[in-house]
Amino acid sequence: MNNILVFPMVLPIIAGVLLLFFRSNPKVQRWGSILTMVVVFLISLWILEKVMDEGILRLDFGEWAPPFGITFVADAFAMLLVTTSSLVTILCLLYAAFAKDEKREKFFLYPFLLLLIAGVNGAFLTGDLFNLFVCFEVMLLASYVLMTLGGEKKQLTEGIKYILINILSSWFFLLGIAYLYGTLGTLNMAHLSQRIAEVGQPPLLTTISILFLIVFSLKAGLVLYFWLPGSYEALPTAISALFAALLTKVGVYALFRSFTLLFYHEPSITHTIIGVMAMITMIGGSIGAIAYKDVRKIVAYNVIIAIGFILVGLASNNVESIQGSIYYLVHDILVKGLLFLMVGTVIYLTGKTRFDQVSGLITNYPLFGWIFLITLLSLGGIPPFSGFAGKLLIGKGALVAGEYVMVAVAFLSSLFVLYSLLRIFLNMFWGETSILKKNQIYLSKGMLASCLILAMLTIGLGLGMSVVSPYVAEAANVLTNPNLYIEGALNND
Amino acid sequence: MRENDIILQTVSKVAVFIILTFGVYLFLSGHHNPGGGFIGGLTLSSAFVLLYIAFDVESVNAGIPLNYKMVAAVGVLIAICTGMGSLLFGSAFLSQSSAYFNLPVFGKTGFATVTLFESGVALGVVGVVITIMVSISEDV
Amino acid sequence: METIITLLIGVLVSVATYLLLSKNVIRVVLGSAILSHAIHLLLITMGGLKKGGVPILGGKVETYVDALPQALILTAIVISFAVTAFFLVLMYRTYQSVGTDNLHEMRGTNDE
Repeated sequence: MNNILVFPMVLPIIAGVLLLFFRSNPKVQRWGSILTMVVVFLISLWILEKVMDEGILRLDFGEWAPPFGITFVADAFAMLLVTTSSLVTILCLLYAAFAKDEKREKFFLYPFLLLLIAGVNGAFLTGDLFNLFVCFEVMLLASYVLMTLGGEKKQLTEGIKYILINILSSWFFLLGIAYLYGTLGTLNMAHLSQRIAEVGQPPLLTTISILFLIVFSLKAGLVLYFWLPGSYEALPTAISALFAALLTKVGVYALFRSFTLLFYHEPSITHTIIGVMAMITMIGGSIGAIAYKDVRKIVAYNVIIAIGFILVGLASNNVESIQGSIYYLVHDILVKGLLFLMVGTVIYLTGKTRFDQVSGLITNYPLFGWIFLITLLSLGGIPPFSGFAGKLLIGKGALVAGEYVMVAVAFLSSLFVLYSLLRIFLNMFWGETSILKKNQIYLSKGMLASCLILAMLTIGLGLGMSVVSPYVAEAANVLTNPNLYIEGALNND
Repeated sequence: MRENDIILQTVSKVAVFIILTFGVYLFLSGHHNPGGGFIGGLTLSSAFVLLYIAFDVESVNAGIPLNYKMVAAVGVLIAICTGMGSLLFGSAFLSQSSAYFNLPVFGKTGFATVTLFESGVALGVVGVVITIMVSISEDV
Repeated sequence: METIITLLIGVLVSVATYLLLSKNVIRVVLGSAILSHAIHLLLITMGGLKKGGVPILGGKVETYVDALPQALILTAIVISFAVTAFFLVLMYRTYQSVGTDNLHEMRGTNDE
């Protein structure tokens, strides 16, 4: 019994509800939510350490032993993601606290942000498929509200599309759960894994696995990403950064969990499909990233490319590539948050959304400009920064698996990432300044600070590889040996 | 423009109390039979909705001066805190227990901590449903 | 019994699909509501439809029904209730601010 496991999910909910009572006091809202997330971050760091010492931890809700009750299972993979996402949330909240969007703050911006985090953390931690659905829904409901908060026309019309797509994908999720329960009679993930291994994944189960593939692809933006650019574009900066950092990653997490723990017996079918989907995603994302001049569209397509890249690791399906994917996932959560904060800030400072309308920002905001350079180098996977190790390991793993085409597409897509962002950098930051010194909008230190901290983190993650590598190795170890997870999630002692 | 819905108003004055009683009954019977916090909460809120239909929003709000958003918040808080309460006794999150008491009037009465959790759920449902109803109907 | 319910689910899904594909926003909301009802029916059918008592130990009944699908659909109903309610409010607000309830006409307002 490890009651501590429930805190990353419950603390944000409690804090969010308490903040509802302080509607008229934005200071309490801002700092209260940041304080909560700091506590959640410290707790999840502590759990991560404990997982490293004692192996997989489990909490049975209401003391119902598995496989009957709902369980939270914390392995290194889940905890790594919980810790990283809490960290990014702190910084996005910090940004929001200084952006002072009072119209939205009055309408419960922070409570819903906290609810979103509760859903995300719950989805990472849960060991039960139906509970995963519930956590997805908590997260999605919060995201619907955040999506439409403020009620601008564009937000509303994009919100309708976003909600409709997600209602459909939730429907498919329930369909998959119903079929799986009908065939296997259980929904506990470890128990499911055991039963699937017993029958050796016949074609019926493989078909059901494709259903789950569709659901999680919709959430992750794998091939089915048509909804993503439009909806991310309509959001205010801090929220869009959180969405880009977390929402798609939860889908990626679910893909990894289900295709390493449950449906891993027919890799020639499922993992091949994932590989093809990853390639299509990267190609489509690359085309999108260079097709537009609107910076928000470009960065939204960058999210999509990264999803494809991470899934290459899953498609190759060996220890090295999965390690690479975990590195890249952690890196991507941090750096996509940073990228969206940067781009949102650029739009806030200039009021323009197309990169050919502004130039020479680096003379107005030198530090800000250099942070942007770091961001784009990190995204491109240039060595001292955090993207490098993940890219290297995914590439190596895919080569070992003999997926040469996939490797080629993956690294070409990295070039497109670099090119599309370099275009923004060269046009917007380089060249003659288009804003006179006296006209420039003051960039508050708090907003700059959250970008700076994230940029430091990506450098730190790149240089401090050796600190993170034991955690990643342990996470990949559990993912590639489902028996470890089953042992941890089902043993009754 | 106000219409004179004398029949609807007279009937709902009586019906509201019947619905409220039925809602409480459903809520309490939820431990062993069909019912419970969600269903009871929905029934309770349907009584309020009937009031809103029979009379207008202003006069109902004047009669029942509750901020339903806060009702929902209190409900969720109660539900989570009863879940967390089990942590104080060293058992897992959301654990429950029940006991029998000899009350003066009712005799031997069972009481389970789930009821506390369910009351939070019921309050949450009432708050959310009425918030939605009022926010849609506000400017029709 | 399972066959009939499955057919019913099929009918519900086709109705919902028809509604979802129409241009009117209210129809879309109704379609999403019917879609979720179809899946609730499917969930309870997948647990097996049989007669039996409440699965409480020490009861007087001989056969029990599977309690899990019921718990699942209760949760799913609550969630779909919340989503539908929010969707309805959103559609209404959109109708107010865009001034049309036709999804095709809404598309044009995007590029302002």
